[in-house]
Amino acid sequence: MLAYALRRVLLSVPILIASTFVVFVITALSKSPISDLRAKNPPPPERTIELERQRLNLDQPLLERYWNWLLGLFRGDFGPSVQSRMDIGAEVVDRFIVTFRLIGLAMLVALVLAIIVGVISAVKQYSGVDYTSTFLGFLFLSLPSFWFAILLKQAGISFNNAVGEQVLFTIGDSSVYVTGGTWAEFTDALGHMVLPTISLALLSFAAWSRFQRASMLEVLNSDYVRLARAKGLRRGTVMRKHALRTALIPLTTVTALDLGAIISGAVVTEKVFQWQGAGTFLLDAIERSDVYAVQAWLLVSATFIILFNLAADLLYGVLDPRIRYA
Amino acid sequence: MPDATETQQSSPLTGQPSETSPAGQPEREFTVPERSQTQMILRRFLQHKLAVASLFVLLGVVLVAFVGGALWKYSYVDITADESVPPSWEHPFGTDAVGHDSFAQVLRGTQLSLGVAVLVALFSTIVGTVWGSIAGYYRGWLDTVMMRIADLVLTLPLLAVAAVLGHNVGGSWWLIAVVIAGLYWAYVARVARGVVLSLREKEFIEASKALGASDMRIILRHLVPNSLGAVIVNATILVAIAILIETALSFLGFGVQPPDTSLGLLVSNAQTAVSTRPWLFYFPGLFIIIIALTINFIGDGLRDAFDPKQTKVRE
Repeated sequence: MLAYALRRVLLSVPILIASTFVVFVITALSKSPISDLRAKNPPPPERTIELERQRLNLDQPLLERYWNWLLGLFRGDFGPSVQSRMDIGAEVVDRFIVTFRLIGLAMLVALVLAIIVGVISAVKQYSGVDYTSTFLGFLFLSLPSFWFAILLKQAGISFNNAVGEQVLFTIGDSSVYVTGGTWAEFTDALGHMVLPTISLALLSFAAWSRFQRASMLEVLNSDYVRLARAKGLRRGTVMRKHALRTALIPLTTVTALDLGAIISGAVVTEKVFQWQGAGTFLLDAIERSDVYAVQAWLLVSATFIILFNLAADLLYGVLDPRIRYA
Repeated sequence: MPDATETQQSSPLTGQPSETSPAGQPEREFTVPERSQTQMILRRFLQHKLAVASLFVLLGVVLVAFVGGALWKYSYVDITADESVPPSWEHPFGTDAVGHDSFAQVLRGTQLSLGVAVLVALFSTIVGTVWGSIAGYYRGWLDTVMMRIADLVLTLPLLAVAAVLGHNVGGSWWLIAVVIAGLYWAYVARVARGVVLSLREKEFIEASKALGASDMRIILRHLVPNSLGAVIVNATILVAIAILIETALSFLGFGVQPPDTSLGLLVSNAQTAVSTRPWLFYFPGLFIIIIALTINFIGDGLRDAFDPKQTKVRE
């Protein structure tokens, strides 16, 4: 197990490096920031453009640029930004902290709800609850997330108007000025998180609850559950100790595989709710053709996706003793 | 209980109806007209009421979008004299602040969004299936290399990379489809590999190998027909996924570019007008939901038709 874990960790390093190279080529082939500079009116002097080219390392060939960027990473240098005063490393870390608050809570909410709904609709198969949750699952899977987020935002505004007080915040990740200490800051951040969390959690919830239902049904129809019932164990005990525990295992893999989609979803959610998070950082960077900033964003998210999948793989081995790693 | 009826269903792989008569009795006591594989799949699909209804709704939407879009008195670029009018007979979906007829724009958006989605499904299904099948069939180092490449693509958050690429290709709808498919095929490859991995261990493959069949023959005569069901179901659902990706991409501003329009772009333009001019916001959103929902239901029906082992009890 330990040897397997070690091998997997070592194997993910080349994947990560290869992934950064692919991304580097993709972003380097994108629109050059110099062309934006040239398009300015009045056009800046040729000397300025040349200096900017050198500052952004655009005078170097692609492979050399990549190599220097990779070496720079070990010194904590993420490369120069189009905005000369921005430190990409510090900025991207700040932004991702905000985003992971959202992603973490959304995943937690989606997981808990998905397990509850999935298990109930499996246990009560073909009941009204099952049909309703199946239909809602299909509906949520077909909802465009951005459309639903805007709708939620609108609902939040109407709710605030109805209550006559700002309870649900619809813009930003926190208020600019909060008075009243840590507790007030905490409730303020929470108030900002309610609507974005719902809109981000919904999609994963729909997919995961369908998955959990299928996995629970499979376990319920298995021989060992029938045996447990046949030998006289109570239904509740069988459900909790025999069926549910086994049925939860496959969900770990699915959750890990979906992290990429959730990060993508967070980009949309942040855009709608105007969060100063990693998603809007990426969108701004793309808009400005800020190659190194885009690169930093993709590096951080790819690292997280790889680590998360690794953790899920290892966890799977711990949870399911049938799996043996050679 | 469901499992009692499930065992009576025929297997899609063998295509032979499993006789439920107890052992010892002669088979085919009553003559039942023989049905081909395709006929049985069709019959099972037609029994799925929701899927059939969805198919009709979807066909209706496609017809309205492509035929209606061509016949409608306004084009999506026409600027009418009416600005910001709510839905009426003259403008069924109202107009925007400039005077564009919203109905014409939604139809145009539906055409483009559907076009992108179908292309994405087509491209990534073809590439992904071929990729995954080769990896799964030949195993060994080829499998390792090919699946590592697919894993590499899977480590990239799709929408983000599509946004970066979409920023470059500049809004042409089929290029957007190529970008999305270029990132999505890896998911299909994984599924296809899984199907082929389990198929290649089956006895009938072993039998045809023993009979001296070539790799080409096994792939074309046995693997492809047997994995076709899974591939078709996946491709169908992929259309629904692709339409959501394309609209999200256009919403973020990296997909279809104005003056052309997509359902995502229409929602994006209307996001500040939800309370003042709700028709601009609700109609494009509704079209996305109807398309994605009906395709998902059709996919569900097809899954049941191709693989009755997973189906519910039928009355």
